[in-house]
Amino acid sequence: MERRKALKTGGGLGLLGVFAILGLTPGSVWANAGRAAFEAKTLDEAFGALGVLAPENSALIKLTAPDVAANGAVVPVTVESMFSGTEQIAILVEKNPTMLVASFVIPDGTEGYISTKIKMAQTSPVIALVKANGKFYRASQEVQVTAGGC
Amino acid sequence: MTAATKIRASAKDGVTEVRVLMQHDMENGRRKDEAGNLIPAWFITGIKAQHNGRVVLEGQFGTSVSKNPYLIFRFKGGATGDKITLSWLDNRGETRSDEVAIS
Repeated sequence: MERRKALKTGGGLGLLGVFAILGLTPGSVWANAGRAAFEAKTLDEAFGALGVLAPENSALIKLTAPDVAANGAVVPVTVESMFSGTEQIAILVEKNPTMLVASFVIPDGTEGYISTKIKMAQTSPVIALVKANGKFYRASQEVQVTAGGC
Repeated sequence: MTAATKIRASAKDGVTEVRVLMQHDMENGRRKDEAGNLIPAWFITGIKAQHNGRVVLEGQFGTSVSKNPYLIFRFKGGATGDKITLSWLDNRGETRSDEVAIS
């Protein structure tokens, strides 16, 4: 019950966040698309909200993450896309309460490279999703989490 | 009150690498304090990076980005002295923008 309440609270604030974004920079990329994908509780939901249809696995995406993460609160993840027309890079954790961690828009002239640090609740596949030339591709890697940090 | 984002940008061989460390709690709304009360969600929802006013990266965050979000990205071009600006917005509507020169 409490967990339910917590999720609801988080969702409500997320929505406020969307409105705030819309008010701040109308028409800019960080305003559009809404944030439905960030509320997704399953991979299918997340992909659906991102407008992704069954992304193919691709060797042109290099996902770097540790095999074992001692601290789930800080797991370094790097995504490198070798596609020339990389438009978007997203990072998802399949077994987190909400799967989508972050989504980046890559404008022309910016390399298909993102390195960041993420939280993981438990051992899970980490998924890198790349949109290139209008199509989505993915790469994934299992990260074993010793102490969850979500 | 929010603290300044630490930004380091360096240009080499026609590519600028930007390293960013934002100062933010990134509370996911599921944690409890010592008294057992839920700590409300408080996290950065959007970021934007600009090079001399041109957008070079935009991103949306959920609650699973680590506390004090860390980010590295690279873009073509950029020269010593050019301005790099990093702005963020959180779910409370608070914003912050910090600027640094490419070294």
